Amino acid sequence: MAAIVRFNLLTKPQIVAALPASLQLQRLQSTQAPPPGTPPPQTKTKFGPLADEDRIFTNLYGRHDWRLKGALKRGDWYKTKEIVLKGPDWIINEIKTSGLRGRGGAGFPSGMKWSFMNKPGDGRPKYLVVNADEGEPGTCKDRDIMRHDPHKLVEGCLIAGRAMGAQAAYIYIRGEFYNEASNMQLAIAEAYQAGLIGKNACGTGYDFDVFMHRGAGAYICGEETALIESLEGKQGKPRLKPPFPADVGVFGCPTTVTNVETVAVAPSICRRGGPWFASFGRTRNSGTKLFNISGHVKNPCTVEEEMSIPLKELIERHCGGVTGGWDNLLGVIPGGSSTPIIPKSVCDDVIMDFDGLIAAQTSLGTAAIIVMDKSTDVIKAIARLISFYKHESCGQCTPCREGIGWMNKIMTRFVKGDAQPAEIDMLWEISKQIEGHTICALGDGAAWPVQGLIRHFRPEIEKRMQLHAGQQTKRASN
Amino acid sequence: MIRAPLVKALGALSSPTHQIQIGSRAVRTTAVIAQQAPAKAPEKIEVFVDDIPVQVLPGTTVLQAAAQIGVEIPRFCYHERLAVAGNCRMCLVEVEKSPKPVAACAMPVMKGWRIKTNSDLTRKAREGVMEFLLMNHPLDCPICDQGGECDLQDQAMAFGSDRSRFTDINYTGKRAVEDKDIGPLVKTIMTRCIHCTRCVRFASEIAGVDDLGTTGRGNDMQIGTYVEKLFLTELSGNVIDLCPVGALTNKPYSFVARPWEIRKVSSIDVLDAVGSNIVVSTRTNEVLRILPRENEDVNEEWLADKSRFACDGLKRQRLVAPMVRMPNGELQAVEWEGALIAVAKALKKANGQVAGVSGQLADVESLVALKDLVNRLEGETLVTEQGFIKGAGSDVRANYLLNSTIAGLEEADAVLLVGTNPRYEAPLVNTRLRKAYVHNELQIASIGPKIDLSYQHENLGADASLIKDVCSGTHAFSKVLEGAKKPAIIIGADLLERPDGAAIHATILDYCQKLKKKDWNPFNVLQNNAAQVGALDVGYQAGVEAVIKAQPKVLFLLNADAGKLTREQLPKDCFIVYIGSHGDNGASIADAVLPGAAYTEKQAIYVNTEGRPQQTLTAVSPPGMAREDWKILRAISEVVSTPLPYDTLDELRSRLEDLGPHLTRLGELEPASLSEAGSQATISKSINGGPIDVKQKELRDYFMTDAVSRASPTMAKCISAVNKQQRQNEQAKQSVAI
Repeated sequence: MAAIVRFNLLTKPQIVAALPASLQLQRLQSTQAPPPGTPPPQTKTKFGPLADEDRIFTNLYGRHDWRLKGALKRGDWYKTKEIVLKGPDWIINEIKTSGLRGRGGAGFPSGMKWSFMNKPGDGRPKYLVVNADEGEPGTCKDRDIMRHDPHKLVEGCLIAGRAMGAQAAYIYIRGEFYNEASNMQLAIAEAYQAGLIGKNACGTGYDFDVFMHRGAGAYICGEETALIESLEGKQGKPRLKPPFPADVGVFGCPTTVTNVETVAVAPSICRRGGPWFASFGRTRNSGTKLFNISGHVKNPCTVEEEMSIPLKELIERHCGGVTGGWDNLLGVIPGGSSTPIIPKSVCDDVIMDFDGLIAAQTSLGTAAIIVMDKSTDVIKAIARLISFYKHESCGQCTPCREGIGWMNKIMTRFVKGDAQPAEIDMLWEISKQIEGHTICALGDGAAWPVQGLIRHFRPEIEKRMQLHAGQQTKRASN
Repeated sequence: MIRAPLVKALGALSSPTHQIQIGSRAVRTTAVIAQQAPAKAPEKIEVFVDDIPVQVLPGTTVLQAAAQIGVEIPRFCYHERLAVAGNCRMCLVEVEKSPKPVAACAMPVMKGWRIKTNSDLTRKAREGVMEFLLMNHPLDCPICDQGGECDLQDQAMAFGSDRSRFTDINYTGKRAVEDKDIGPLVKTIMTRCIHCTRCVRFASEIAGVDDLGTTGRGNDMQIGTYVEKLFLTELSGNVIDLCPVGALTNKPYSFVARPWEIRKVSSIDVLDAVGSNIVVSTRTNEVLRILPRENEDVNEEWLADKSRFACDGLKRQRLVAPMVRMPNGELQAVEWEGALIAVAKALKKANGQVAGVSGQLADVESLVALKDLVNRLEGETLVTEQGFIKGAGSDVRANYLLNSTIAGLEEADAVLLVGTNPRYEAPLVNTRLRKAYVHNELQIASIGPKIDLSYQHENLGADASLIKDVCSGTHAFSKVLEGAKKPAIIIGADLLERPDGAAIHATILDYCQKLKKKDWNPFNVLQNNAAQVGALDVGYQAGVEAVIKAQPKVLFLLNADAGKLTREQLPKDCFIVYIGSHGDNGASIADAVLPGAAYTEKQAIYVNTEGRPQQTLTAVSPPGMAREDWKILRAISEVVSTPLPYDTLDELRSRLEDLGPHLTRLGELEPASLSEAGSQATISKSINGGPIDVKQKELRDYFMTDAVSRASPTMAKCISAVNKQQRQNEQAKQSVAI
């Protein structure tokens, strides 16, 4: 679900007001000094591979000790006290400078999101909620962080929590992640015992608690407001926005919901400086990112890479290439199951970052790359995804509840070819009727794969219908 | 749905849910977009609905802004009196510069927004939602009871597409859902459900029972009770009105009539003292069903189950012909002439020893006619069956009214209930209290038995001496009452029947003199029958003791069916004349039974517990030889040659006006001043102590309280359903214990 938390945080007018402002400022920067919090201009033109010394997640593969001792050896909890003591403004400024965008899929600028919490208080406590309900098919980055580098997240909670003046962090972890939850809980316990969190965290005089809550296995609980409802003990059904969680969040208090990876990179950014992080990737797409590559590659893996790395280079360098060679590639779902599929012709030179993939009519999402070679039945693959979304729709609002079920029925027939070509256009229209008409972004996430399929593989669908019709007439004449 | 407790938890932000949204939105606006107006800007902002400028307060939703200029946006899940759910998506409208359509019911307007309620994008969004809703909705309109008054039907006609694209009907068909059994009142056909969750929100917000909810996810989501059980509330019928489709329909009314066949008459309910406004639906001189009619001051738009479903009692146990008791003790049907002569003979013999007792369904007109008749026959004793404090207590209106008014109780911030269970005695007063509890931080305490009021309250205990403690200011709750801006004390009418009722009344009245504020009267008596206030208004005394003392030769029972008077308490030769609609307790002891009209069969005035006179209208004609009660009394007066000076209803009403000018100002409330009410110094204020009880403690006690509901088969089914549910609960508890 994490991937489809698009720009739901704000209404569009607010985004329009927020985003271009920073762009306009960048245009002006030749004449006057940029305001604080502006990432330095990017001078590089080639991105990737990432050097080992620039990796943030140094125990991604669990080759070293994940517990506090090992974490300290890798530099976690180093000078955390100083960072916390520098205060919210400094931390937020550093995050803004780094150009970090949310890693959960929506890609909202993190510094700005965290700064929404720093309004004058009204006596209610504030909370940080970490979205560890990583359920998006194809995505497996957060679980590696929590299993092998949990202290990065605990430390991140403290720093992000300090930045927004939160009293406590709730880590809402996916119920299926048993080992991850276990390691995470141990790491939290270790941090408490070492005085790193809890009362007078790290000796800073700042009290900060970290709680972990295990979900019960609903994909929709990865949507930020559904997660809040679930955390409150209710059915995981997304809330209407407004009010946004920054006003009325968990237990009715101001809340920020962020992805695990976003929080976990915050300490490294604060230690090594925003400009360091901004030196990776194109402007507005800064930083390093965990890519999960699965599917028809020789060596599926999770790897930390620089943003804006070309897709082809990413696959060839880290995964040993597509099975049967690059020419055997059929298409790629570049950002988790809810992002539209792109065919090989697009994959040849697409750049893996937010803007690069939007230009290719898809999205970076959670950067979970699902590679399909020519042996794939792409219609069946997308039909399977729709069946997943049908199963995971919360059933609250009409277009998603009824529409996805309908799409699923049509897609099931498309797999056999038992349909009329006119129904392809109808399916497209139905997906458009769902997209943007729902309370949360699950409807969008279910509509996009279908749209991607129709956009790039329409001849394939029509061919199958012809085949099926031919078989039918043959059977009838026999 | 589940948002109300959240509101409660917020404390600092105590306001209805949507107001929170509004407030927070304002804060949000200032935080994100350039610092515009401050959050508390009272001045109106301008928005444009279909290019027509509208001035609205900040925080108004798009739907409300459109409604201000009469543009109605279609909706299914939105309801003014329920929390905003925003899940049907039917109210999506285009807002200029917004790439996505917005949900009009939930989205607060922002300055300068241009809302387009009829643009291509809006129409397309509606068509899309409509198509999705109809996709799994069965095409069973011809056999659906909602047909003709169905929101889905109407909106499909107005906003839907003109053809279906649902090709899968040939492959997989539509969704089907197993029906639920939630009791004898509400019929469920859950396949028709469009999941608007209005019923769920009504149950948890207004009725205060979390019996309904959703189970399952996505297309498999179902509304239901999870484990099959009774929908245990006295307000269950309202979900039928709320349901925009035919998923929840009226069980007793199922397959009875179509809305276009029935005649609708606006009337008043008399089965409790609230005086709910109703619409009586009739066809071929038969009452088919009763629906609520909106009246903000009385019942909002709700109706209690007894008032809605007891109408089949109007067809059972009816007295259709005059009857006279024969020497062998049997009642025998006779012609009107014979019956009237029998009564007149008895009256001639009585020599002025005539008395009258009025019951809980008596209308003001017949009360006045009876009073005039008895007085003309030199009788003095005119009483109500329902007791009240002895002495001159009923001379001052404020002594027996719900002075804070029903709507006023919504603003109360501290309430003490003494010997009353408003949940069953006056369900729609209880919804007001619950509303104040949810939205207004109302603190409630009760003296009496422990009861479930559907909201949290503090039970101070059952002993009557607690009244003295509270009223002397020594009790902890006295501080709450004294510190409140609008405190209220509500006394149950039955409590004042106690021997020390007058002392309780006087003690509380004195305390209320201390509590009262400008324009706020904290002293309330919650009557539990519709006739009581009217009877006291026209000068009846309360309680049957006076009749037993007077030992009359002729006794008129006007709808007196509570069974408080027995044959043995009266002289052997007393001739009892019963005038009323049902063969109930009153008729069984009568020597002459004169069939009267029920409340749906006459135009008559009733005064509700807050003192508001309202009139019923004739929806059907009385059955058989039954006649309007006041006309029967007029006829008797003719036969005994002391004709009453009115031949028409208008003439009778002008007599009413002489007695009490307020009685004919229908629908208006005459405030009764507390200062006149001053308790009499002569009354002893010693409260005897002893436990306080209420008659209606549980739901099963609620259904049968008067002649109409006792005759109703539906009410009987309700009681057996509640008993069955109770047995099941006990069995479940036992099996857990084992």
